[in-house]
Amino acid sequence: MNVKSAERELQALMTEGLRGDAAAYKALLSKLTGHLRAYFKGRLARLGRGAVEAEDLVQEALIGIHTRRHTYDPSQPFTPWAYAIARYKLLDHLRRTRVSIKDLPIEEADDLLAHDDLSDAESAYDLQMLLARIAPKMRQAIQYVKLDGLSVSEAAARSGMSESAIKVSVHRGMKALALLISKGRPS
Amino acid sequence: MKTSQFIDLLSSDVQPVRRGIVGKALAVALVIGGVAAVILMLITVGLRPDVFQGAGSMLLLVKLLFTLSLVALGTLFLIAASYPGRNVRRRLAFLLLPFLAIASLGLGAILLATPMTRQDMIFGPEWLTCLMCIPLFAIAPFAALIWALRMAAPTDLRRTGAIAGLVAGALGATAYALHCPGDSIPFIAIWYGLPILLWTLLGAVLGPHLLRW
Repeated sequence: MNVKSAERELQALMTEGLRGDAAAYKALLSKLTGHLRAYFKGRLARLGRGAVEAEDLVQEALIGIHTRRHTYDPSQPFTPWAYAIARYKLLDHLRRTRVSIKDLPIEEADDLLAHDDLSDAESAYDLQMLLARIAPKMRQAIQYVKLDGLSVSEAAARSGMSESAIKVSVHRGMKALALLISKGRPS
Repeated sequence: MKTSQFIDLLSSDVQPVRRGIVGKALAVALVIGGVAAVILMLITVGLRPDVFQGAGSMLLLVKLLFTLSLVALGTLFLIAASYPGRNVRRRLAFLLLPFLAIASLGLGAILLATPMTRQDMIFGPEWLTCLMCIPLFAIAPFAALIWALRMAAPTDLRRTGAIAGLVAGALGATAYALHCPGDSIPFIAIWYGLPILLWTLLGAVLGPHLLRW
């Protein structure tokens, strides 16, 4: 699969996802993850850093892409947008861990799609610890809908909240997680 | 946690995307910031009595042209900077134009004036008030712009912060122009230009801290 067709597929999935197609959006995130992983592993390897740190970055980039997906314009190419976010998260991470940024090579947006790393890896972020730090209402909504696998209506019945309240709590919970993750993992 | 699990989590958040929100937030920030700056001006130094009449009104036009062109061009940059992957270099270059215009007009005015009047031109009435008030009036606009930009995804925080500072400074200068008794172009170039550049610098320093996402 060359870069052009990868771009077309990602753009199509993202556009469908933005329209509310949850399956397409999940496929988009999964496919993008392979590219992000290869990109971050490659950049970090040059600086002598390992796979777990790369996976931290993958998840930081994913949640950044997710919470800022409203800044993607479906009429524009997808790769430059995703690449700009990936590079932003990389530079932010390196700045926080005090690496000289001058050593980074000059890149192009298409570099993001050049490689794929499909291994399912683990980051140093601990989901339970992160969830413990957000408000109970949001945590419960996320617990029911995602971790326990309940449907929105089942979660609504069990918690006594309305269906839209559940969705709003999940959404706010995600933003809270994004904020925690942007503060970096405690080291 | 495993990324596959994380993706499951993210894709359960299915709130519909609100696409126009960044533009709306910036518009709101400009209006609220501008109004706040004018209110602060009215409370502190007050409206100039002949602001819309007489010779002062010509220079008021020049002042507003200078400051509002910076607000407009700066906002165009901020809009582009809010969306990852957009090329903003051209919009950045345009921001120099108002400065170049007023600087050359100011220089011309100084050269054409007699040596005696030059001093009065440059150190016109209340230059110190100007220097102090414009940065003060820019605080609320800056806070409002940061609020709006935090809903966006700027990827160069220093540059975005700098232009937010520039727009805020220009809005503060717009408010001050309604009071300002100074009536020469060199005066405008120096005592409006400096505070705006000061806020640009301040914005560049604060950007990475306030805009991080």
